[in-house]
Amino acid sequence: MKSTALTQTHINLGAKMVPFAGYNMPVQYTGVNDEHHCVRAGVGVFDVSHMGEFILRGEHALDLIQRVSSNDATKLFDGKAQYSYLPNGKGGIVDDLLIYRIEENAYMLVVNASNIEKDWDWISQHNDKGVEMLNISDQTSLLAVQGPHATEALKSLTDIDLEGMGYYTFQKGTFAGKENVLVSATGYTGAGGFEVYFDNEHATDIWEAIFEAGQEYGIQPIGLAARDTLRLEMGFCLYGNDIDDTTSPLEAGLGWVTKFTKDFIDRPFLEQQKADGVTQRLTGFQMVGRGIPRQGYNILDAENNVIGRVTSGTQSPSLGYAVGLGYLNKAFTTPGTEIFISIRNKSVAAAVTKPPFYKS
Amino acid sequence: MADHNIPDNLRYTEDHEWIKVDGDSATIGITDFAQSELGDIVFVEIETEGETIEGGEVFGTIEAVKTVSDLFMPTGATVDQFNEKLEEDPSLVNNDPYGAGWMIKVSLTDAAALEGATLSAAQYAELVG
Repeated sequence: MKSTALTQTHINLGAKMVPFAGYNMPVQYTGVNDEHHCVRAGVGVFDVSHMGEFILRGEHALDLIQRVSSNDATKLFDGKAQYSYLPNGKGGIVDDLLIYRIEENAYMLVVNASNIEKDWDWISQHNDKGVEMLNISDQTSLLAVQGPHATEALKSLTDIDLEGMGYYTFQKGTFAGKENVLVSATGYTGAGGFEVYFDNEHATDIWEAIFEAGQEYGIQPIGLAARDTLRLEMGFCLYGNDIDDTTSPLEAGLGWVTKFTKDFIDRPFLEQQKADGVTQRLTGFQMVGRGIPRQGYNILDAENNVIGRVTSGTQSPSLGYAVGLGYLNKAFTTPGTEIFISIRNKSVAAAVTKPPFYKS
Repeated sequence: MADHNIPDNLRYTEDHEWIKVDGDSATIGITDFAQSELGDIVFVEIETEGETIEGGEVFGTIEAVKTVSDLFMPTGATVDQFNEKLEEDPSLVNNDPYGAGWMIKVSLTDAAALEGATLSAAQYAELVG
């Protein structure tokens, strides 16, 4: 099993560790509810160094990115990031990712840990114009510092103007005395904050500096369990749960990052699918009856016909009831529609709800 | 990982229930190890009150934020009572698994069979150690 540069730090802090995407990762420290509230109300730090980072460089880098990804990377400028996905040539999704334009002809792609090898092979396979590709995943640490107090907690550590940093923009600079740190106004929580990329050799120093600077704001380490409850309250997709190689990006609600103004893998197929209309959609719902939806549970109508399946679900720590995402027959996707979740052979009432479930 | 509390005076199952025997009656809950593995518990669902259940069969389920788990009867017994305080405050299971977080009181079908069907504290400590 792989470790991040901070795995031992988490163990020393008493975190409960679990294998995740081949890495020994902290799933919780004090408890999922406590950590969740810490991020919603204050500031918390996630070690997400298991995520993958690729550098693509050269005069044809943009062209390669345009072909393998769905969003329009020509809209990027230096210091701008965008959410996108890699269509798989069969109408499904290789991965979802962030694309950062570092400078003209130099991009960073941030991919899911479980897909690093698959993505690398896929992009390499389409690299027929000699784009220089570097996989810096194993040497790169990533901390997500998230929550309404993230800016205050971090601003003493850097000259980068964190307050003025627009959503989905980033800057490289000195952070906690270390050079060449990339700070990005992105995240997976809906709580605001930053993601901080740096070389592994600085991991312990930067971790400690962040906790020292954030102490007066009640900063805490946050595990993967709260990362999941936080993203689910926002209705953000998780690769492997809500999207994968067999799911249509249009059914998954990723039409907004599918740009038919350019050419890319699967464009004709997806254009046709859009014209024909999809039959099911990834849809949010909240439980009305008592129960927690889990991945794989069937979604039923009032006559017990299967009309969909749950892809993600959890008790929402912020809301006090359970929420979920699932692929649902399009006829049932209007917000407010009554549906039922089949939980251990019982039909438990739920209502279609448009995410985000949690509104700050 | 933190050391888990395993009281000597209880019997245990491999599925992480504890059982405290008092003659032909007993109280059942889940262990400190189990609550710590489950994490924050959202609710405990026990709809078997009044039913007689075989050893190893399910008497309820426990829903934590991140996972769901069945609850297994350590040995044949009739469910006499469910801890209603858990309806209001399921975190009792996290905070006091052997005390206020108890789940059911039962009448044992065959009290003599209990020892063979369950583990001692030392055996259970070995299992989760």
